[in-house]
Amino acid sequence: MDSALDLLALRPPGWGGNLLMGLLRTIQIAAGAYALGLLIGLCGAMGKLHGGVVLRWGLEIYTTVIRAVPELVLILLLYYAGTDLLNVVREALGLERADISGLWAGIYVIGLVQGAYSTEVFRGAFQAVPPGQVEAARAMGLGPLKLLRRITLPIMLPYALPGLSNLWLITTKDTALLAVVGFGELALETKQAAGATREYFMFYMAAGALYLALTLVSSLGFGLLERRLRRGQPAQT
Amino acid sequence: MPDAPVPLPPAIEVRDLHKHFGTAHVLRGVGVAAQDGDVVSLIGSSGSGKSTFLRCINMLEAPTSGQIHLGGEQLILKPGRDGLVARDRRQLEGFRARLGMVFQSFNLWQHMTVLQNVIEGPMQILGLGRAEAIARAEAHLARVGLWEKRDAYPAYLSGGQQQRVAIARALAMDPQVMLFDEPTSALDPELVGEVLKVIRELADEGRTMLLVTHEMRFARDVSSKVLYLHQGQIEEEGPPEQVFGAPLSDRCRAFVASVH
Repeated sequence: MDSALDLLALRPPGWGGNLLMGLLRTIQIAAGAYALGLLIGLCGAMGKLHGGVVLRWGLEIYTTVIRAVPELVLILLLYYAGTDLLNVVREALGLERADISGLWAGIYVIGLVQGAYSTEVFRGAFQAVPPGQVEAARAMGLGPLKLLRRITLPIMLPYALPGLSNLWLITTKDTALLAVVGFGELALETKQAAGATREYFMFYMAAGALYLALTLVSSLGFGLLERRLRRGQPAQT
Repeated sequence: MPDAPVPLPPAIEVRDLHKHFGTAHVLRGVGVAAQDGDVVSLIGSSGSGKSTFLRCINMLEAPTSGQIHLGGEQLILKPGRDGLVARDRRQLEGFRARLGMVFQSFNLWQHMTVLQNVIEGPMQILGLGRAEAIARAEAHLARVGLWEKRDAYPAYLSGGQQQRVAIARALAMDPQVMLFDEPTSALDPELVGEVLKVIRELADEGRTMLLVTHEMRFARDVSSKVLYLHQGQIEEEGPPEQVFGAPLSDRCRAFVASVH
């Protein structure tokens, strides 16, 4: 090896390929977990706003507990306890024990955490929707599903977007916590590359640059999305 | 033997409507019937229950008891949490589609252009094709004088323009009865006229309308019947000449005198 930078080459003996694979898995987990979190958040927010007493209390416990416990603890807890529980269930049903893929376990665990936060983001955004605009749609005879799809969601989304874009950035970084359960995302790949080559500074800088690039691209995307969703609203001065 | 002629049912008929808000009894047996082409104005001081009454007709508020008939068809109601609710959601949606509502605060959908606001109901509720909905919407926008604003977003329109779009939006559903809930109360004084002009044209062409308003002169001019509500009851009811000119009730006389 002539220079340390050669260690970043995409092909072995360079470690660049490993880092990019790690980044890809990070993006996969983040995207999956975020999508799951959005789904939980939407349902959770509607449950909190329109559900019965039992549902509202259940959701309150969910959001409170998840947001109170450190994510690292939650990930260890949900990952190990979750896979154990699944296997207990499988054995009870007479099925073989299953190995949970790290990818899906990560998506479920982080998605569950994200769901608690996005429940609150969506709840606030739903409450910001001017009731008169919903009333106008109901008064016209629009059914509940179309009301949600055509009126409430598009009016609600601009209010949710700043919070949601924050949550996306947090999700991308939460994936690094999966290194503790041995999932080969960007942080773990970096640790291994750095440990094997003793080039800690360079590999962690490279990983930092990759996270930064992901954030910059995301911000650009969210900026475009926000412009699109805010159509019709005069610029705030 | 020839059948006796069947009298046409009223375009809209509400019977003995009661509404409680908690312990407050805000409507105490209010009823109204309007034949096709009638313009019925509801007047009264704020808190008299006239807007609540209007909002009970399309079930935006749940009445405590009462009956609602539209073109002879009765809306089937059942007890709910805060009052009566429709037993069949589809029947209620059908009723609402036939009742065009115009609100005090316009309530245009801010994320849609003027044209999108006006085609939304016809496309999503009546199932019209896009081309037909647009043709219909443009005709209604032209008649309220806002055709050239069809691609603007509501936030960029004046209050009077927004309310005229809201009227076009209601008209595009081709409703049997139009409900106006204080349509000019949120407008700057100089914008009231343009909205009243549109409503007057609708009255002149024979639209059936129920109108809650504080514009007494206007109510007197366009109405075929005027209801004066006081504390949730109809205190005076009759042609505008009677209610405004020679009311039987002292309270109505005092109210009319105070706002004239």
